[in-house]
Amino acid sequence: MSEIRTVAPTPPMPPGTNNVVAVDGASMVFNEGHSNQVDALCDIDLVIRPGEFVSLIGPSGCGKSTLLRLIANLLSPTSGTVLVNGKSAHQARLEQDYGMAFQQSGLFEWRTVEKNIELPLELKGWKKAARRQRSAEMLELVKLSDFAQHMPWQLSGGMQQRVAIARALAAHPALLLMDEPFGALDEMTREHMQAELLRICAAAATTVVFVTHSIPEAVYLSSRVVVMSARPGRITDIIDVPLGGDRGEDTREDDSFYKLITEVREALRGSETGGPSDGSSDGVRGIEDR
Amino acid sequence: MFAISLVLVASLWELYKFLGPEDGGEIFGWPVFPRSGARSMPHTWEMVQRLFDPEVRGNDRPIWFAVAGYAWYTFRMALAGLFFGSLLGVALAVVMSRFRVIERGLLPYVIASQTVPLIALAPQFAALGGNWDLPKWTWVAALGAFLAFFPISISTLRGLSSPAPSSLELMDSYAAGWWVTLRKLRFPSAVPYMVPGFKLAATAAVIGVIVSEVSTGVRGVGFAALTYAQAATSDPAKVYAAVFGAALLGLAMFGIVVAAEAVIMRNRPRDATA
Repeated sequence: MSEIRTVAPTPPMPPGTNNVVAVDGASMVFNEGHSNQVDALCDIDLVIRPGEFVSLIGPSGCGKSTLLRLIANLLSPTSGTVLVNGKSAHQARLEQDYGMAFQQSGLFEWRTVEKNIELPLELKGWKKAARRQRSAEMLELVKLSDFAQHMPWQLSGGMQQRVAIARALAAHPALLLMDEPFGALDEMTREHMQAELLRICAAAATTVVFVTHSIPEAVYLSSRVVVMSARPGRITDIIDVPLGGDRGEDTREDDSFYKLITEVREALRGSETGGPSDGSSDGVRGIEDR
Repeated sequence: MFAISLVLVASLWELYKFLGPEDGGEIFGWPVFPRSGARSMPHTWEMVQRLFDPEVRGNDRPIWFAVAGYAWYTFRMALAGLFFGSLLGVALAVVMSRFRVIERGLLPYVIASQTVPLIALAPQFAALGGNWDLPKWTWVAALGAFLAFFPISISTLRGLSSPAPSSLELMDSYAAGWWVTLRKLRFPSAVPYMVPGFKLAATAAVIGVIVSEVSTGVRGVGFAALTYAQAATSDPAKVYAAVFGAALLGLAMFGIVVAAEAVIMRNRPRDATA
């Protein structure tokens, strides 16, 4: 039996605090009462403070994407509460308090790059001149100013994903929710995009919740890594990543970087339920070591 | 390319006329070979020549001019049919995609509507509106619309449900309602699916109008084909003037949709056409 590690205590939450995300005792059950009932999430507590970069990592089916969708209010929890910016997640969604990016960039192919970035502003009722100005700023931030009038399909995968990030941040949300945004990119592009994301989020002072199944990605990006286990989806560990705010290519070579990767990997192994691993591989299903 | 294929078709026609049996042929008692006599298959040059002869004796209006007039009338009715058919087709698709219950209830009727024998019903259909004092051509156009809405409705319905789940989640994350999502996401996503539907609808509208002209006596190119055909024994080339008119009309309608496609789809990726 692998030992299940004690869950790190969530930081104390004084009343009137300005937590960006506060998930309290949230559970999610799909198809409740049917033979195909799935306990996707069980009794989740998670608090995220301003400026944090929190990664959710775990094996396939651990509910990390479901947890992200609870925060985004794209799903409602079966029980428990989710607060975003001190409001109910529903209210926060209505007020567009967060931006979201997915694995597929999901750009609208009939809109130019510029018009794609303007989409959330358009839905907020911004005037055309203000939209144009903001999208120009965002394009500069993601270094794609020369491509404003291009159509999305004329851009590479990495560039498309940068446009998607610019779109997610266009309305200057306090919170950015990302669901494996770099999962479809090649390794070189991916590392470049990770560095870009850190730069962009630092510039925009954005809090990020980031779903991934790559351990180095989680460690490189995060201030905290939330380790989850499957069936039922639970948080088994929360690991602080004290690599500092100024991370570059050297960080990936650093000893402490490798130590943290090992720590997350062991936490993931410990989170595997159902007895010892099969011995042939020390990887956890659905987790990438690269 | 079109010119080359036209020459090819004409050559085939003349080749068969040269080789084929005058009074048709049979294999084991089955009538297989069509007749190639002058009455059934006039020479292509006779057909073309006939276009420049007067429509009826004692009138110097050449037949091509008369047919062009008929075709223009039919064209306008078919265009009206396509227009109202599109409105109906898109509206039905939107309602069906909005409410699954309505889709299940309505779709069988939509499909059944296309198997109604149009020729037989056209006069009754026109008679229905007898009290409303509408000109007859509106009913002919309505029957064009009746055939045109179907492919548009089916292709639009398919297109409206084409957006990726993550795109729908994105609109959800913006707290965008049903109407905004329809306008900003579902409808633009549906366009590549709608284009082939409109191509089918354009020709269907022409067929609907021509067929119902025959049974309602509205004087378009279908009516011309019918009256010319009555003279086919003595003047076999004449009926082909109407056939050419109808064919050009169909091509013109199709061409309008293709031109619209080129404009609407100019910024789309090449492989997006469904």
